Amino acid sequence: MRVLLRNPSRELEMDGPVQVSVLLARLDLNRESHLVIEDGQLVPGDKTLGRDAVVEIRSVISGGAR
Amino acid sequence: MKCQVCRGPAVIDIRRHNANFCPEHFLRLCRDQTSKAIDDFSMLEPDDRVLVAVSGGKDSLAVWDILLELGHRADGFYIGLGIGDYSDRSRGYAERFATERGLTLLVDDLLRDHGFDVPHGSRAAKRAPCSACGLSKRHLFDEAARRGGYDAIVTGHNLDDEAAVLMGNVLHWQTDYLGRQSPHLPAANGFPKKVKPLVRLTERETAAYCLLQGIDYVVDECPMAVGNKHLSYKAALNDIEIDSPGAKHAFFFGFLDRAADRFAAPTGETGAVIITPCERCGAPSSNDLCAFCRLTERATAAVPIEMGRTRRRGARR
Repeated sequence: MRVLLRNPSRELEMDGPVQVSVLLARLDLNRESHLVIEDGQLVPGDKTLGRDAVVEIRSVISGGAR
Repeated sequence: MKCQVCRGPAVIDIRRHNANFCPEHFLRLCRDQTSKAIDDFSMLEPDDRVLVAVSGGKDSLAVWDILLELGHRADGFYIGLGIGDYSDRSRGYAERFATERGLTLLVDDLLRDHGFDVPHGSRAAKRAPCSACGLSKRHLFDEAARRGGYDAIVTGHNLDDEAAVLMGNVLHWQTDYLGRQSPHLPAANGFPKKVKPLVRLTERETAAYCLLQGIDYVVDECPMAVGNKHLSYKAALNDIEIDSPGAKHAFFFGFLDRAADRFAAPTGETGAVIITPCERCGAPSSNDLCAFCRLTERATAAVPIEMGRTRRRGARR
C-alpha cells in the first residue's frame, strides 16, 4: 500500500490490508489531527484499506498567527 | 460504520459526539454547530454585512462557505504576507474560491501597500514571525472593516485554536488575555466587532467539511509557524482528547461558562488606558503611534533594496 503524507510531503510503503485506525496507530499519528483520504474520498476509521490502496494521510493542524 | 441520522454508510466518526456521519449529515452538523455558536454568543444579526478574514486555508474558506449557506452577506479579505511561495499559493486558493462562486474578495498586500513583508519585517522589528504577522493581520482587518463599512469581522478560529490559546493563557496566567478570550468581541473604542463562528467545530471537522464540500484549500503549513508553541499546545490537547473524547470542548466551554467572567474587567471599568487615533493612520490606539505603524516604521527601515550588480573598485575582469 502506498501512503502519502504531508507537512513535509513524503511517501511510504506499508503492508496491507489494514484498517484505517490501525494504519494511523502504526504510524504513531493521532486520529484527532489527521484525515485519511482514498481516491479523493474521506474514509472512516473502521474501513479496511486493500494491499494496493493509495491513500493520503492529511494533517489538519494549522498554527501560527490566526 | 453507519450514519447516526440516516443509517447510510458513514465517512467520518466524531468521537466527542459518539456518532458517525454520512457526507450529507456531516455537512448539516457543521452548519448546525456554526448556527448554534452564532446564536449562543449573539455573534451576527441577519442583515449584518460581514467581512471574512480569508487565508486560503481550510478554516477561513469553510467559515465563508457556511456563512453563505446560512444566508449571511459575506465578502472576503485576503492579505498577502510575503511568505514566499506559500503566500502566492494561499492567495490562489482564496481567489479561486471567490471567483468560482462569484464572491467579492478584497486583497491587501503587506509589501506592496505597506513596504515590508513578514519575514523581513519580523526580523527588523525583532519580533517572532507569528507575532508580527498576527499584529499586521489584526490591524489590516480592522482597517478594511472600517473602510468598507462592515458590521463584523469573521475569523476562522476553531475549537482547537481557542482551546490552545486558553491553554497557553492558563499556563502563563495571562489574566488580561483570559479576560478578553471570547468568541464574540463587541465593537468598542473604534474597533469593529469580531466573531468566531467555528468555535464549536474542531480542525478535523473543518478540514473534513472542506473535503466533502469540494473546497480546495492550501494544505501545507505556513513555513514560519514551524516550532511555534501554539502547535505544541494543540498536540498536547489532542493527546488528551484521544483518551478523553470531548476534553477540548469541556475545557474551552467550561472556561466560558464558569470562569471567564472572573477575569473580565468589572462593568464600566475601562482601566487607565485611553484610546486615541494613531497620529499616522488614524486607527484607535493606546499610544501616539499604533502598534502596526511602529512595526511598519521599524520594518521598512530594514527591508532589503534591490541593487544592481556591483564590482569592487579596482577589481580585475
